[in-house]
Amino acid sequence: MGMTMSQKILAAHAGKESVKAGELLTASIDTVLGNDITTPVAVREFEGAGLTSVFDKSKICIVLDHFVPNKDIKSAQQCKCCRTFANKFGIENFFDVGEMGIEHALLPEKVLVCAGELIIGADSHTCTYGALGAFSTGVGSTDMAYAMATGKTWFKVPSAIKVVLKNKPAKNVSGKDIILHLIGITGVDGALYKSLEFVGDGVKHLNMDERLTICNMAIEAGAKNGIFECDEVTERYMKDRCKRAPLRYKADADAEYERTVEIDLSALSPVVACPHLPSNVKAASGLSGIKIDQAVIGSCTNGRLTDMREAAKVFKGRHTAKGVRTIVIPATNEIYLDCVKEGLIEIFIRAGAVVSTPTCGPCLGGYMGILAENEKCIATTNRNFVGRMGHATSEIYLASPYVAACSAVNGFITDKAEGL
Amino acid sequence: MKVVGKVFKFGDNVDTDVIIPARYLNTSDANELAKRCMEDIDPTFANKVRRGDIIVAGENFGCGSSREHAPLAIKSCGAACVIARSFARIFFRNSINIGLAITECGDAADDAENGDEMSVDMTSGEIVNVTKGKRYRTMPFPEEIQQIISRGGLMKAAK
Repeated sequence: MGMTMSQKILAAHAGKESVKAGELLTASIDTVLGNDITTPVAVREFEGAGLTSVFDKSKICIVLDHFVPNKDIKSAQQCKCCRTFANKFGIENFFDVGEMGIEHALLPEKVLVCAGELIIGADSHTCTYGALGAFSTGVGSTDMAYAMATGKTWFKVPSAIKVVLKNKPAKNVSGKDIILHLIGITGVDGALYKSLEFVGDGVKHLNMDERLTICNMAIEAGAKNGIFECDEVTERYMKDRCKRAPLRYKADADAEYERTVEIDLSALSPVVACPHLPSNVKAASGLSGIKIDQAVIGSCTNGRLTDMREAAKVFKGRHTAKGVRTIVIPATNEIYLDCVKEGLIEIFIRAGAVVSTPTCGPCLGGYMGILAENEKCIATTNRNFVGRMGHATSEIYLASPYVAACSAVNGFITDKAEGL
Repeated sequence: MKVVGKVFKFGDNVDTDVIIPARYLNTSDANELAKRCMEDIDPTFANKVRRGDIIVAGENFGCGSSREHAPLAIKSCGAACVIARSFARIFFRNSINIGLAITECGDAADDAENGDEMSVDMTSGEIVNVTKGKRYRTMPFPEEIQQIISRGGLMKAAK
């Protein structure tokens, strides 16, 4: 029996010729990641176990991104804990304010992750790096602590769902619409414990930012990982930036998939995931009765340059509707700088938006845009669970940057803006 | 390892944001987290739950974030076990790693109601709903995993 892409990467990292779904194995890790929320718990476990060394100081990434610049004293203490640990062990990829960005935008941008590699991170959206052809999955802090010490962790080899993307995406249909559409089909646990492997002739029409968005939300279908085949787009993205040689893995022709889902990208339209599950997906055009109080454009899902350009396309020459608070958050300093160079920041500000330095902030209800009782927000983020962005009665509608911007200028949910 | 307690029943897709909202993640102090456990779906839960009580839920319990604070909050608020139809992957792994007893049993989860008295024997895999007079069998964890849970988590078991 052949292997899927994900299975091949796991086998290679476990020193095995072949593996089967359900098999337990111990694998060597290329990169271990943590952030300012999960790392302090990992540090406590690490020190509590009396560990005194890390397996490789060049293979651990610690990114302060959730509550920075520090939102309060407790957050400051947590960041201090990360900083002290990073300094003590000489962690080479420690990113503090000024260098940090939202982790899942930062690591691909700096190409700290590469095709064919195995990455675990104490953050559920670590599955993002599958866009680069890597096996990448989220774990908890204890797993992070163990991996920092040993460079290894155990896995149950996942079965897989094949997602065949066909044709060129319809106008204004982005990576976000594709992944939301898929989650609408699978449900929030339809890919539980499984890999989502994206293939098909539609893939070539998706740039790296869109692929990162798609893999980022694999977890919202319950998946262990999402992965794209490495192609010319991937190689161009990594060229001149990655010091390591990318390894291209292709699924065997006789690889076993539990299910195949085909999506005709040319037949899709912009969609929105309504409260309170990412699987509650509806056509954006049918939601014009929903007035919004806030729009958030950013996050590890949609805070990259492509997303900023999509939003700016709508905001150029238009203004945020009265009563709507629009918050734009480029995910890294590099993206922020690109936005400055391209004149996007001026477009956002003239449209009545505020632009923040990189932070996860509002996505998880940390700070920088918390919702009050009964308020509604359209957001390019990844989760719309009860209370995720603030008060337990507030509501989050997940959408692409294009739809979020159209909604911000109209004051209600829509995929249209006058004159566009 | 056997636990006996009162049932607190929840539905499907109980996510980590309701188990412990991120606004409280500026600390990882277990006692602080315990006070906020389940706040957004049942603000009275943290006050009502007693040591040894059992959380029962439907499908995909613990979906969402990788925050280990979620099983930590449940464990430190006193709940001794979570029975669910199914668990989200990262939550499942985190629970074992921090020593929170969890078990998948769809029938037991479907039948249980708030306030029922239940017992869970993690060693034999037997679950009893004392109130309803019903018995269920689940596949017990391998001994190695049972050891991790009973010793309080992976790092403690490794010592």
